[in-house]
Amino acid sequence: MLAAVSQTRESRGARLRRRLLQRGSTRVALGLLMLMVMAALLAPWFATHDPLAGSNDALLPPLSPGHWLGTDDLGRDIWSRVVHGTRVSLLVGIASSALAVTLGVTVGAVAGYFGGWIDVVLMRIAEFFQTLPRFVLALIVIALFGASTTKLIVVIGLLAWPQMARVVRATVASLQQAPFVDAARVAGMPDRTIIAKEILPNVAAPIIVLGSLDIASAILIEASLSFFGLGDPNAISWGGMLNDAQQFLRSAWWMSAFPGLAIAMTVLAFNLLGDALNDALNPRGERRP
Amino acid sequence: MSTPMNRHLNGQSDAQVDAGQGQRADTAPTPLLEACDLVRRFPLRGTGGLLRRPRLQAAVDGVSLALYPGEVVAVVGESGSGKTTLGRMMLGLLAPTEGRVLYQGQDIAGLQGEAWRRFRRDVQVVFQDTGGSLNPRHSIGNSIALPLRYNRDMDAASAAAEVDRLLDAVGLPATHFRERLPSELSGGQRQRVGIARALASRPALIVADEPVSALDVSVRAQILRLMADLRARERLSYLFITHDLGVVRALADRVVVMLQGRVVESGTVDEVLSAPSHDYTRQLLAATPVPDPSRPLQA
Amino acid sequence: MMSGIPSNRHADASGPAEEDVLLDVRGLCVDVDGARGPIRLVNDVSFTVRRGEAVALVGESGSGKTLTACAVMNLFATPQLRLAGGEVWLEGRNLATLGPAEMRAVRGARVGMVFQDPSSFLDPLMPVGRQIGQALRAHGRREGVEARVLELIELMELPQPAQTAAKYPHELSGGQRQRILIAAALAMDPALLIADEPTTALDVTVQAEILKLLVRLRERLRLGVLLITHDLGVVAQTCQRVNVMYAGELVERAEVGPLFGAPRHPYTQGLLRSVLGRSTRREALFSIPGGVPIAGQWPVGCRFHPRCPQAEAGRCDREAPALQDEAGSASRCHFAADPRILHAWDAAEHSGQGVTA
Repeated sequence: MLAAVSQTRESRGARLRRRLLQRGSTRVALGLLMLMVMAALLAPWFATHDPLAGSNDALLPPLSPGHWLGTDDLGRDIWSRVVHGTRVSLLVGIASSALAVTLGVTVGAVAGYFGGWIDVVLMRIAEFFQTLPRFVLALIVIALFGASTTKLIVVIGLLAWPQMARVVRATVASLQQAPFVDAARVAGMPDRTIIAKEILPNVAAPIIVLGSLDIASAILIEASLSFFGLGDPNAISWGGMLNDAQQFLRSAWWMSAFPGLAIAMTVLAFNLLGDALNDALNPRGERRP
Repeated sequence: MSTPMNRHLNGQSDAQVDAGQGQRADTAPTPLLEACDLVRRFPLRGTGGLLRRPRLQAAVDGVSLALYPGEVVAVVGESGSGKTTLGRMMLGLLAPTEGRVLYQGQDIAGLQGEAWRRFRRDVQVVFQDTGGSLNPRHSIGNSIALPLRYNRDMDAASAAAEVDRLLDAVGLPATHFRERLPSELSGGQRQRVGIARALASRPALIVADEPVSALDVSVRAQILRLMADLRARERLSYLFITHDLGVVRALADRVVVMLQGRVVESGTVDEVLSAPSHDYTRQLLAATPVPDPSRPLQA
Repeated sequence: MMSGIPSNRHADASGPAEEDVLLDVRGLCVDVDGARGPIRLVNDVSFTVRRGEAVALVGESGSGKTLTACAVMNLFATPQLRLAGGEVWLEGRNLATLGPAEMRAVRGARVGMVFQDPSSFLDPLMPVGRQIGQALRAHGRREGVEARVLELIELMELPQPAQTAAKYPHELSGGQRQRILIAAALAMDPALLIADEPTTALDVTVQAEILKLLVRLRERLRLGVLLITHDLGVVAQTCQRVNVMYAGELVERAEVGPLFGAPRHPYTQGLLRSVLGRSTRREALFSIPGGVPIAGQWPVGCRFHPRCPQAEAGRCDREAPALQDEAGSASRCHFAADPRILHAWDAAEHSGQGVTA
């Protein structure tokens, strides 16, 4: 009887937008993310100096004239480096998450829909990837193929896909028993079309949520790999900046504090977004403000 | 002259055309759909191990059933009787462990290509509406168009026109309902959509699995009425799977009673319901509540 | 143990005494907070339940019967629902005067509740005996809990009480689970049992057994039972008085014999005709045209008038009828006193098609 009460004809997009923007924390997160994207795209204009150019003004503290966040040990402007670092972080975060989603959804959907030995084999493969320690994998890849941003993306993607595959598999396995899927079979739809058109749209919500949380963890993993020197030496990344700052943790706190803050804010923003998406896409649980 | 091709164009299903041909050739009528000693076993959860085979339990244990064109046969049983599993096997959605399902005399397990597609068109299903019978993200127009696209190979334009015709045929004005989502419809309306979807393939037989159990009393009769009218108009057969003897009496010609995977009694509705020969059938009849206060429960 | 209990007797014509009134609901109203202000989902519902009697609250989905039952106990599923009017008197006490703690003491101790799906109300990780014991401990009983649990399980006619008490819910059948829930509801020996569709999720043979159990319990313990259901067959065979609800209102109230024999309200008549009885063949399928109105979009005037074969333009679509009482039965219809209303559907041959449901 209650369902009958709320029969306003709100389009799905409008409803999603409304539920997303309901919470203050989400609006903050979205604002932050927009800022980051702009910083990444318009880095040369946001930055004040050439991020690679050293100078004799080494180890200047923040709020020095011309250098808002100070300089590092080679005289490079910290603010400009943080801004440019956004590019690598977002690129690695989004690209590796995309890779994880593609792999994870494909494997999970096939395993969940067909079951049987296909399911067993695919899930054992997924488990194998889950057991790999991330640094060992990164070391091996870099030792064999050299360090670069692309290799980082591949490594992180390979670490993240099993979790996505599990979630997708569970949802697909339960959906494929639903009567409407049987109805599609009886209507003559081939299996692969059923997976694409009937099942996956209903799995979209957990994929989106997990995907955005994946981005957050990918950024964190990239930072830690770069911190240990396994990142791309030619790219400017926050983790790399932390690596450079190791000797100066006490003497020049700004060298580590600002990239660290950048990492924290980005990860927090993506986590908040994922959380908000989860609540917004969940068909039940409309919270009253 | 009524050639097979003409009759196809007149909208008769393949099976109805065949039945006509059969009659002209003076052969004995073949059952439209037949179950021959069907058995389906499932592994019991928790009994298998890494190196040990799980114990099997038979949901359907040797059931035979024949359905002729134009008949309504009801399969009656409670939970655990195996009636839903039987229905799924007869629809070709589940492979039997033993036994065969024959469609017009041919084993459906062996059907390929065009023959399989004919089977898919001729045998359709209406599910119990518990919210899962329609894809929650598709408009009902889309859900009905599915069989038109895949079973009848229609293009978008002709499919749209046919969807409208089907919606009107089940009493849902097309202009209002075409774009609606299942969540916006009542239970009775969703069942009508399910029936429209089943009709879209122009079937000869519809398997209806508890089609009215989840509906209100006043809506039940409406849906059954619709199904009875469609049966006459479209020359359909039904395989009704239900636990409700009222539904059986209202629509069925013959009834089969199942208990724990086996058939315990079968016959015409009049025979079985007025003079049941098996204890379980008698139990079912006695337990069905009757809206008559002068016959209270014997406590 | 059950031999010697007399078979189900209907309420004797002499009527029970006033002190036997357990539950007295007067003018109950339930509102929900909608997007554009409160919507009244249940309007002015009144009925009584006496000791030892089974009263039915019958209706289809959208009638408001479950909400009414929740309102009696002030136990709503969401915070947007609330009691908006009327009074509930239980054993002579006005429940509105009770604070939350006292209300909790009433629930379970003076009133027991049983719901539809036994599996969702039993903790799968706890043996059922302990769950019944929880009901006792929650109301402050410390001693003799185990003994009382065994006594209850035996009362439910379950075999081997000690072994049954040790079992987990998944080891019991659906019917056995429902018996456990009834046992928990009756643990503190309440005077009133509210049962909301207690057998709908069960097989029909199991349903018959549970209903027989309820009849025996009612007679043995002089329990008052408020049975909420949509199944008219169940009502006819187990209840003494019936309240029919439609679109949030009570449309007819009568004793069970007169209700089924000569229903006064057109909705009740239509409902009874729709029931698939022993003699319904396809030609006789009857259905009320139209559908239940959406909550909050009630028709103006009589809520049933768009579907009623006897609706009078100018009156039924403007003026909402009041519940007209007459010698123990009541009907919410402008023509309640007119004897022709007893054959509301005979004249009009409604096909029941074409209109959406």
